[in-house]
Amino acid sequence: MKIEADTTVCIGAGMCALTVPKVFDQSEEDGTVVLLDPSPPAELEDAVRRAVTLCPSGALSVS
Amino acid sequence: MSDLTLTTRRERPLDPPDRFTELGERAHLHRMAYADGHQGWLVTGYAAARAVLADPRFSNRPELAHPPVAARLELLKEMQEQQFRVPPGFFLRMDAPEHTRYRKLLAGQFTVRRMNQLEPRIEEIAEACLDRMEAGERPADLVEAFALPIPSLVICELLGVPYADRERFQADSKVLFGLDSEGADVIAAMTSISTYLYGLIQHKRAEPGDDLLSGLVAGGELTDEELTGVAFLLLVAGHETTANMLGLGTYALLTDPGQLAVLRDDPSLMDNAVEELLRHLTIIHLGPVRTALEDVEVEGTVIAKGEAVTLHLPVANRDPERFPGGGRLDVTRPATGHLAFGHGIHQCLGQQLARIEMRVGYAALLRRLPGLRLAVPPEEVPMRTDMSIYGVHRLPVTW
Ligand code: SF4
Repeated sequence: MKIEADTTVCIGAGMCALTVPKVFDQSEEDGTVVLLDPSPPAELEDAVRRAVTLCPSGALSVS
Repeated sequence: MSDLTLTTRRERPLDPPDRFTELGERAHLHRMAYADGHQGWLVTGYAAARAVLADPRFSNRPELAHPPVAARLELLKEMQEQQFRVPPGFFLRMDAPEHTRYRKLLAGQFTVRRMNQLEPRIEEIAEACLDRMEAGERPADLVEAFALPIPSLVICELLGVPYADRERFQADSKVLFGLDSEGADVIAAMTSISTYLYGLIQHKRAEPGDDLLSGLVAGGELTDEELTGVAFLLLVAGHETTANMLGLGTYALLTDPGQLAVLRDDPSLMDNAVEELLRHLTIIHLGPVRTALEDVEVEGTVIAKGEAVTLHLPVANRDPERFPGGGRLDVTRPATGHLAFGHGIHQCLGQQLARIEMRVGYAALLRRLPGLRLAVPPEEVPMRTDMSIYGVHRLPVTW
C-alpha cells in the first residue's frame, strides 16, 4: 500500500495522527499531515484505511 | 411547499425530537421551511450529511445563509439594521481559500501531539475542581463546579486570557447561544466580547506572554481585528462545547447505570466511551447550515443553487445504516467517524483538546466520586433546549 497526502487540502484536523500515530504526524508549523511512513506494513492497512475515511478534508488517498 | 420547521424542543432529554427521528427513518433529505419563508432542505442521513459538509460547492458564508429558526432571523435583521459585521478573523463563517489561511495558522497549535502534552495540566485542573467539590457542600451543581471550569481554565490558559476575567465573557457567551435572546442583546454581547479581546490583544502586543495569542501577535500575519475574530471564535467555542459535553455526558451516564457500570469496570473503554457520548449526545442540535453555490446532486436529489441545507447532526449520528441501534448509548460500540465535530474543512479545530478534556474529566470524576448520583429526579434537571448548543443548565449531584 502506498499513501499520498495532499497538504494543500489538509486542514490539520489530526484525525489521521490520532488514528495511526505510527504512520501520520502533524507539522508543528501549520498542523498539516506529515507522512512518517508512506508505505506502511500490511498489519497497519486497516487502520490506515480508517484514517483515510475519517479525514474530513479528503487529503489522504491510498493505492 | 413544506411546512416542516426546525425545533430544538424534545420529548425525551437525551433523544432528538421524535419528529426528526421519524423523518430520518423515512428518507435522508427533506424539504424544510426556513424562518424567512425560504424553502430549503434538512438532511437527516449520515452519508448525505457527510457529503454536504465535505463539498466545497456548499458555502458557509453568512451573507448567503437563511436562518433555520425564528431567533436567528431576528438577529439577522438586527445585524443588518446596526450594520454589524462579524469580525474579519472569524473563519468559521468563511469558505476556502480565505478560511484556509486562518485554519493553517492555527492548526499547528492544536495538533494531536501538542494537545497530548497538555494532559498533565488538564489532570491537575480536574483534580483541583474535585478537591473543591469534596470540600464544599452537597448537593453541588456539577456544571458550575466541574463541567464549566475545566474547559474554561484550559482554554484561558492556552490562549492567554486571564481566568479572573471570565465573568466578563461567560455571561455574554450565554446570551450569544440563547435562542430566546433578543437580537440587540446578542449583538451587544458580541461587541462586549470583541471589545474585551481587542484590548487584550493590544496588551499582548505591549507585553507578550507565553501563550497562543501572544504567539499569533508575534507571528505578525494577522491584524489586531483579525486576531480579535480568531480569539473570539476560540474562546467561545472552547467554553460552550466541552462544558456541555461534560455536563450532559455525566447526566447520560448517571441515568444509565448499566453503561456507567460497564465504564467503571473497564476504564480502558474511556476513549471509546468519549466517542460514543459525542455521537449519541451530539450537542450541536441547530445546524450547521450551508448554502448551495450551484446545483448539487446529493443522493439523487438536486439541491438548487441558493438553497439552504441544514444538517441535523443528532439524527445523522444515529442513522441506523451507519450506527446500527444508534438510539442506544453503548460505550463499547465503535463510534469513531461520527459527525459530532462536523466534517469537511470546518471540522472542529479544537476536537483533540476536547477529547482529552473529556477523557481526563470523566475518568477523574468516576475515580474520585464513586458514589456520584443525581440529587434530583432526572426529569427535574433543566435541559438546554433553549440554547443553540445542547446540554444541561445545571446538574445537581451528590456522592
Ligand atoms: S486527517 Fe486529513 S485533514 Fe486532518 S491532519 Fe490528517 S490529512 Fe490533514
